[in-house]
Amino acid sequence: MAKGVWIVAEQRDGALRKVSFELASTARKLADQLGDEVAAVLCGSGVEAMAAELGKYGVDKVYVADNPALEPYTTDAHAAAVAKVVKENDPAILLVAASAQGKDLAPSVVGKLATGMATDCTDVKIDGGKLVAVRPMYAGKCFGEVVIDTFPQMASLRPNVFTIVECAKAGAVVKFDAGLGEAKTKVAEIQKEASGKIDVAEANIIVSGGRGMKGPEGYGILEELAALLGAAVGASRAAVDAGWRPQSDQVGQTGKVVSPNLYIACGISGAIQHLAGMSSSKYIAAINKDPEAPIFARADYGVVDDLFKVVPALTQEVKKLLA
Amino acid sequence: MPGGAGRRFGKEDNVNIVACVKQVPDTEAQIKVKGDGSGIEEGGIKWVMNPYDEFGVEEALKLKEKLGGDVTIVSVGPARTMETVRTALAMGAEKGIQIDDPALYNTDAYATAEALAAAIKGIPYDIIFCGQRAIDDDSAQVGSILAELLGIPQVTFVTKLEINGTAVKATRPIEGASVVVETSLPCVITATKGLNEPRYASLPGIMKAKKKPVDMKKAADLGVSGAAKAKVVKFAPPPARPPGKIICADDTPEGKAAELAKLLREEAKVI
Repeated sequence: MAKGVWIVAEQRDGALRKVSFELASTARKLADQLGDEVAAVLCGSGVEAMAAELGKYGVDKVYVADNPALEPYTTDAHAAAVAKVVKENDPAILLVAASAQGKDLAPSVVGKLATGMATDCTDVKIDGGKLVAVRPMYAGKCFGEVVIDTFPQMASLRPNVFTIVECAKAGAVVKFDAGLGEAKTKVAEIQKEASGKIDVAEANIIVSGGRGMKGPEGYGILEELAALLGAAVGASRAAVDAGWRPQSDQVGQTGKVVSPNLYIACGISGAIQHLAGMSSSKYIAAINKDPEAPIFARADYGVVDDLFKVVPALTQEVKKLLA
Repeated sequence: MPGGAGRRFGKEDNVNIVACVKQVPDTEAQIKVKGDGSGIEEGGIKWVMNPYDEFGVEEALKLKEKLGGDVTIVSVGPARTMETVRTALAMGAEKGIQIDDPALYNTDAYATAEALAAAIKGIPYDIIFCGQRAIDDDSAQVGSILAELLGIPQVTFVTKLEINGTAVKATRPIEGASVVVETSLPCVITATKGLNEPRYASLPGIMKAKKKPVDMKKAADLGVSGAAKAKVVKFAPPPARPPGKIICADDTPEGKAAELAKLLREEAKVI
């Protein structure tokens, strides 16, 4: 009988990523309802010391595969390690981050374990002893409730949505052998972007610009506001297709689907495919000179005016507030 | 196409390329949930090729034009999906396989990948393209599961691809960086925006596509059941957002900005 709520802890460059604590806290909540333990799988090289930190967020046991071949991350090595330890221990539930790494890893593990998974969930709960995963579909134009008939019941969780709760548990280390075969893929190079850049998929606040920015140079005022707020700068499809902003910044149905605490839409009219990608933000503020822009129907706060005047003024006001 | 070390079935000196496509509602489509929450209303929807699959088809065609070979389009879906298969043929692919069986309608990613894997096992393949996700169910799983079922490597969310002999070099973005991954053929590549600019089908292309062969398959032909492991038990519209407020303040940009900053700080408590 499958038992236990497991997570795949994500680490990069020698540190656990924040989403790992979101996973741990969520797993703890589910496990308490089921009367089960929480275990984490942690793969990498020299990662054993991170196990204690997972304990702080409710993880009872940490299955650690410490192997130079697991660093840097590759799909085949990590998926093989995770699938092996999961098969050996038969957990009921396995949660993974819907981060860039998790989105790559999770479906490969699904394939190896021949199970089912709900992708990019925004809520998970237990009903009748089973996992019920709630997830946006059609980029958030509708939501689906997913149940999984096989074990482990897998779900990937959208970063930044689930609350982190401290809950001291042992975080006891159980070492396992990843049992890796010959590597099928290897990382030739990692090209880092400008340091300090926050990815829209992980940001608490996004300052986003659309066609109304009039050109790439218009984004200067958004960068300035974003820097002040510790925010990421996003863009609409129109702005990306025009070549004003990189593809990795695109928010919408053909870009990234995001759920920050605050989304500030500047010069974005609100095409349905854009609205789909950001409507699950906790708060939405819109600045647009067209009072008829569909974005205002979704916004908690709307400012109808010239963004080139409002945004710099907003930056000044925020400076005062944060001073 | 030199060498054959990593190749499964290829005999001739060319590359066997497969591109998987799905038909999805256009990005501008409004999605309405059926009254009983059992699915979405399909009436009035304009159906198109999944935009991420278009990047896969385009990359397949570019590779064929560079190395020689042919492109097979494989799709799972109801009868209307033939239109999307024909679109890919009109773009320049040689032939298609359409898997149309009610057992596979609205099934999950695993069952879809099983059907695709069974169909692809029956043809020569060196490289398989999929979109990184379909913009309807947004599962982002099929390409990876397909690679696992075929026992070949995969690189997902690819924005740049180079093939030399059987050596594959693919670039994929992660948060704050790009990773260059090396692997070898045969493999699965899942395409994302940035990989290329998909071509439009030309008029002669559309005419030619009508005569290109499309092999029809049922689940039983492929030995798959179509049974889903992950089931969507209930569909619901997104939670309604409370009505917002338009900030008037003293009607100057500065006044509005000050009011907005105050609301974000004191009411929403997000800054």
